[in-house]
Amino acid sequence: MDFNFMSASIPLYIKAAKMTLDLAAWGILSSLAIGFVCALIGYYKIKILDKIVQIYIELSRNTPLLIQLFFLYYGLAKMGIKLEAYTCAILGLAFLGGSYMSEAFRAGLEAVNKIQIESGLSIGLTRWQLTRYVILPQAFAVAVPAIGANAIFLLKETSVVSAIALADLMFVAKDLIGMYYKTTEALVLLVFSYLILLLPISIFLTYIERRVRHAGVGN
Amino acid sequence: MQEWGISVLFEGQNLFRLVEGLSVSIRIAAVSIAFSAVCGILLGILMTSRYRLVRYGCRLYLEAIRIIPTLVWLFLFYFSLTKIMHFHLSAELASDIVFSLWGTAEMGDLVRGAITSMPKHQTDSGFAIGLTKLQVYRYIIIPQALRRLIPSAINLATRMIKTTSLVVLIGVVEVLKVGQQIIEVSILKNPTASFWVYGCIFFLYFIICYPVSLFSKKLETKWQQ
Repeated sequence: MDFNFMSASIPLYIKAAKMTLDLAAWGILSSLAIGFVCALIGYYKIKILDKIVQIYIELSRNTPLLIQLFFLYYGLAKMGIKLEAYTCAILGLAFLGGSYMSEAFRAGLEAVNKIQIESGLSIGLTRWQLTRYVILPQAFAVAVPAIGANAIFLLKETSVVSAIALADLMFVAKDLIGMYYKTTEALVLLVFSYLILLLPISIFLTYIERRVRHAGVGN
Repeated sequence: MQEWGISVLFEGQNLFRLVEGLSVSIRIAAVSIAFSAVCGILLGILMTSRYRLVRYGCRLYLEAIRIIPTLVWLFLFYFSLTKIMHFHLSAELASDIVFSLWGTAEMGDLVRGAITSMPKHQTDSGFAIGLTKLQVYRYIIIPQALRRLIPSAINLATRMIKTTSLVVLIGVVEVLKVGQQIIEVSILKNPTASFWVYGCIFFLYFIICYPVSLFSKKLETKWQQ
């Protein structure tokens, strides 16, 4: 292995890691927002909207991100909707992640015991207060491990965006292989980059998971 | 004359070619699903082993597979491993191997989950009436674990089908590649071809994965006691 080449390439990887993290952060945040809204719509069975949410979730869960990205980036462009690769990547991640996050929140909401809701109602809380002070705090605690797993999943999925020419980690590795034919060096660096990004998150999540394992009141 | 964009799908054998392309990814998925179903069960049983070393070894394998994105594994096997070991691996075979390894790890974790979620008294009662270890597994643990396992295993299968779309990036000619070929051929007379072709691929995946996930959801509700 050519260590000089590797150390010379490290700055490229750091730059690309920023891109990966940037995409992942926006993707995770927007899918949390989408997932949260979708889960609430599903939980309260709001008419019409919940059908739309259902269709969205099925579409998003049963198609691969790569195809979604190609459709957004190459397909829509020809119909007059020209989006930048960066926007497409975040849209794609949000579209994919939204449904996964929604299921995580949903599982949390369903885990809230019926007694909790009835008790809340009987002490005269309004619907809003009930949601804000009784349901959501408990639902969040239950949903945290699944949300964390989804966050890692989305961070890993960002590797696909290199296919629409965004300069993320995967792209840099491909680039180096193409230019210098240093396959092993480029890929070893790639693996280490992902390890450095993902290991701390994964360890942190294991810790959080242990903390919230006993969440869920009255079960 | 400008044609209707959607007609690109029905020209010549385009639709048939797309389906044929999809069958390549499905074939990769089928091979690796079959392989991971068998090896995953073995791994899952190993993961509940009494010996700490065996458990840690399996755990290490699972975490290593999980923490690196599948696309990176594909690159490692197709480009790097072959270069280090000096042999040629076809892109499809490399995909088969990577998806089998990944599926085995994920399946193993599901199996482990199904086995450990079994109340301990089930095993104990089995031993108490004098069954051997093999019999306890055969008649008590496996039948019950299967019920918990099958819905999530089917879910894993749809995940694997979806993820095989990545193989195009290491050069397997599958549905996305065929789609690109069709678009390139018709780009001049049909400028909106890419919208329809990628839209069509999107729905092809949906048509395959949706019934499967519906089936798994049904089983789940049916078997939930």
